[in-house]
Amino acid sequence: MKDAPAITPELIAKHGITPDEYERIRSILGREPNFTELGIFSVMWSEHCSYKNSKPELRKFPTTGPGVLVKAGEENAGVIDIGDGWAIAFKMESHNHPSAIEPFQGAATGVGGIIRDIFTMGARPVFSLNSLRFGPISGAENGAKQEAILHNRRLFAGVVSGIAHYGNCIGIPTIGGEIYFDESYEGNPLVNVFCLGVLRHEEIARGGAVGVGNPVFYVGAETGRDGLAGAAFASRDLTEESKQDRPAVQVGDPFREKLLLEACLELLASGAVAGIQDMGAAGLTCSTCETASRAGTGVEIDLEKVPKREPGMTPYEIMLSESQERMLIIVTKGKEQPVRDIFEKWDLPYAEVGVVKDDGMMRVRVGAEVVAEIPAHKLAEDAPIYKREATPRPAPEPLGPLPEADPLKALLALLAHPSIASKNWVYRQYDHMVRAGTCALPGSDAAVFLVREANKILAATSDCNAIYCALDPREGARIAVAEAARNLACSGARPLAVTDNLNFGNPYKPENFWQLRECVEGLAEACREFNTPVTGGNVSLYNQSPAGAVDPTPTVGMVGLIENASHITTQAFKGAGDAILLLGEPGSELGGSHYVKVIHGRKAGTPPRLDYRKEKAVQEAVRSLIRMGFVKSAHDCSEGGLAVALAECCISGDEMVGADIDLTAFGPGPADELLFNESQSRIIISVRRENASAALSLAEWQGVPAHRLGFTGGEQLRIKSGERQWPWPVKDLRENWWGAIRGWMEES
Amino acid sequence: MKAAVIRFPGSNCDQDCHHVLKNEFGLDTEYVWHKEESVEQFDLIVLPGGFSYGDYLRCGAIARFSPVMRSVAAEAGRGKLVLGICNGFQILCEARLLPGALIRNNSLHFVCEYVQARLENMETAFTHSEVAKSDGKLLTARTGLLLRMPIAHGEGNYRADEETLRDLNRYKQIILRYSDARGAITDEANPNGSSENIAGITNRAGNVFGLMPHPERACDPLLGSEDGKLIFQSAIESAMKKTKSSGPIGKRN
Repeated sequence: MKDAPAITPELIAKHGITPDEYERIRSILGREPNFTELGIFSVMWSEHCSYKNSKPELRKFPTTGPGVLVKAGEENAGVIDIGDGWAIAFKMESHNHPSAIEPFQGAATGVGGIIRDIFTMGARPVFSLNSLRFGPISGAENGAKQEAILHNRRLFAGVVSGIAHYGNCIGIPTIGGEIYFDESYEGNPLVNVFCLGVLRHEEIARGGAVGVGNPVFYVGAETGRDGLAGAAFASRDLTEESKQDRPAVQVGDPFREKLLLEACLELLASGAVAGIQDMGAAGLTCSTCETASRAGTGVEIDLEKVPKREPGMTPYEIMLSESQERMLIIVTKGKEQPVRDIFEKWDLPYAEVGVVKDDGMMRVRVGAEVVAEIPAHKLAEDAPIYKREATPRPAPEPLGPLPEADPLKALLALLAHPSIASKNWVYRQYDHMVRAGTCALPGSDAAVFLVREANKILAATSDCNAIYCALDPREGARIAVAEAARNLACSGARPLAVTDNLNFGNPYKPENFWQLRECVEGLAEACREFNTPVTGGNVSLYNQSPAGAVDPTPTVGMVGLIENASHITTQAFKGAGDAILLLGEPGSELGGSHYVKVIHGRKAGTPPRLDYRKEKAVQEAVRSLIRMGFVKSAHDCSEGGLAVALAECCISGDEMVGADIDLTAFGPGPADELLFNESQSRIIISVRRENASAALSLAEWQGVPAHRLGFTGGEQLRIKSGERQWPWPVKDLRENWWGAIRGWMEES
Repeated sequence: MKAAVIRFPGSNCDQDCHHVLKNEFGLDTEYVWHKEESVEQFDLIVLPGGFSYGDYLRCGAIARFSPVMRSVAAEAGRGKLVLGICNGFQILCEARLLPGALIRNNSLHFVCEYVQARLENMETAFTHSEVAKSDGKLLTARTGLLLRMPIAHGEGNYRADEETLRDLNRYKQIILRYSDARGAITDEANPNGSSENIAGITNRAGNVFGLMPHPERACDPLLGSEDGKLIFQSAIESAMKKTKSSGPIGKRN
């Protein structure tokens, strides 16, 4: 090859390849790799593509179950049965690193990538969620701190408009998710995007290069120099110099992807497709070697035939480009015409670039010259696997006695904290109603969506309390799963399955790896308990800025099914005169709570303990009560405890509703414990007054302690406990909660 | 009696409109690809929302040159009913089938939320009728009726020169205005900065209607509103009268 740099130890190191890995490459090839091959190995063996540091951990997840049609890791996304011949494909993926340096495009292409993963499975994408984490956007400190806050706001605004730009244009509603703000994400935001699609069982498409002699088609956008080696970039720490990696961030075109989506679904329906794979991370490299590896075949492509955006691109650049909106399609020989017709109809580039071979090689040519030749299976599957060293972190700082704080002010402050405040500033920018299926508007415990094609109602949520995970990664991960299942239960759904996004720091640091291992084991255990197999997901390591690693954030995306439209339940109180009940115990755990963080400025103490038996009982109880038609609203207690949950019930509906609450029966404990503890397995429901006794007995019959808290109505949320009384005008609660984020973001 | 839903590259509310016409109203409904030359055989033509051509250049600016638009203009000229929703409204303005233009929201943000649209003229082909909701209650057109429908757009800020605005008022072409829950036309209730809170207008002849709210997203009680049915029901009845074709129109059950 002309002008290719010589392979030196420096060049190898620059590609993130260790000397041992280089030896492995030499032994696979039986010779020295050339420059293009070195690049190919570097992206395929990056953490992002090979999971070389996390694979042994990921094997701990339960991945099978009666409803699992396509298992985790088999294809681009897992597929789950939802009955009547219908299935769903869903997955969550991160775009953290790109979003840190180019928030708009980073987030936009994250959305584009996950959507491609879904329609690659033959599914029509029907909705998205996202789980976002940023550094603090609130506060008015001066100096360096203020600089950081302004930067966090720019990242937040950029990510939100990037998601809106892509999702709105392509016409897939973004209907829910979660957003948190914490110092640990400063300089390294987390952008996890989730997409779900629907398909018939018989429509499941596979990503194998099957059928020797079948032509290989490239369809979609032309290849450019953007996103060069993005997968390798995402597998390093973010540093001050990362800004120079901006060419590693791709540029998205949602309009092209919309056309690609429609064209691919039309093509899949035509029966011409033998195999299909999107070009995401590691682009053409990954799609060719993975399709060959899956089918046990080889693939030979000619780069001269690849549609290109600019002249003079080297094989290295073409193979490593992560230009967006491209797919590789293996076409059944003799059925090339439908491909041409459909892609011409949609005005999209397409080209026959290669052929399926029987020799197991990924062979890349430029005309007659072979520029790379690598055994496909070894490239895709034989990346080294590392068992990293794990060192436990010191136990968290004990909570100790807390200074007294005024509960009246504390609740207002908690509701105005951006992590708890209403996210309307965000979801107003997302088209959350296209596809005419959104049954619960964003902001309730779970998103609820009617999938018309299948006549099924789905609920979906993403959850992770990273403070708990920072203080106790195993317990925090368990709680993430439990909370997701609880959110679905509160919406009237039965959980089906889970996708996860593991966001951690550099795995070479033993404490970070310990967090990863603890979290994975906690997630795996809880997924077994709730019978929710993990159908796939994503691992994002190296989430660190110069200040250190992010809090361990194993985001859980969970999907459930609602059997009947009458079971759809939301969190807001529905008018005056209803009885308010608590399913679960009063609780007392303040460790790791948002109260301690927001009011006392500490992340400390032992986070709440999860008891599976209690948790499952409370979820089962709320589902039974919903099915019996008792429940007018249901909301789980999470960040901010009982007081925040009650306030949200009062202020998150179309109309504000007050409430009179009496907690005297919970004893004379300290106010902060009573109001703001985050003990698990608690759900607030409202029922018609005359149904209250029946609901209480039913819950208790199911083994769930249940308490009368009071009644809805009035213009205040009034909580009393013995002689103590705390009244808040609901109008004030609402203002603090509704306007907080807008206030910070539109502050001039 | 047949309805067409035009599909431009980048349309994304086409399936929602098709669903409502076909399944909620039992209408014979077809997708028409933008490269088709004729929509002559249809009695009701719907330009759905979305991002035709990615909204590149300007919303609707490229779509107006799609081959199908010549036929849409010709049929509109012959009095056929044309309904443009969101991006469809933008395309109708670009094609000069409706006066004025839709520019970027004054907030500079995309905005998606429910709005109240006050019915200003109950005598148009699109807003004169009566429809039963799923709970049996009737929704009857009357001036001042508030329709609760979602909006979802980045460029819905309706603008026209003074003379055009005067004419729109004079000829009762302003059909919907954003209002508050009591029906007052206020700045607070205006989600995008539109002149005079305009949410939807017709042409002078009254057979071409463009609106920013999405009636197709407000035809199912599960989603929170059925107010959009009034618009489809009126349009279908008017189209039927025009074509004098018969055949039962009603919810498929």
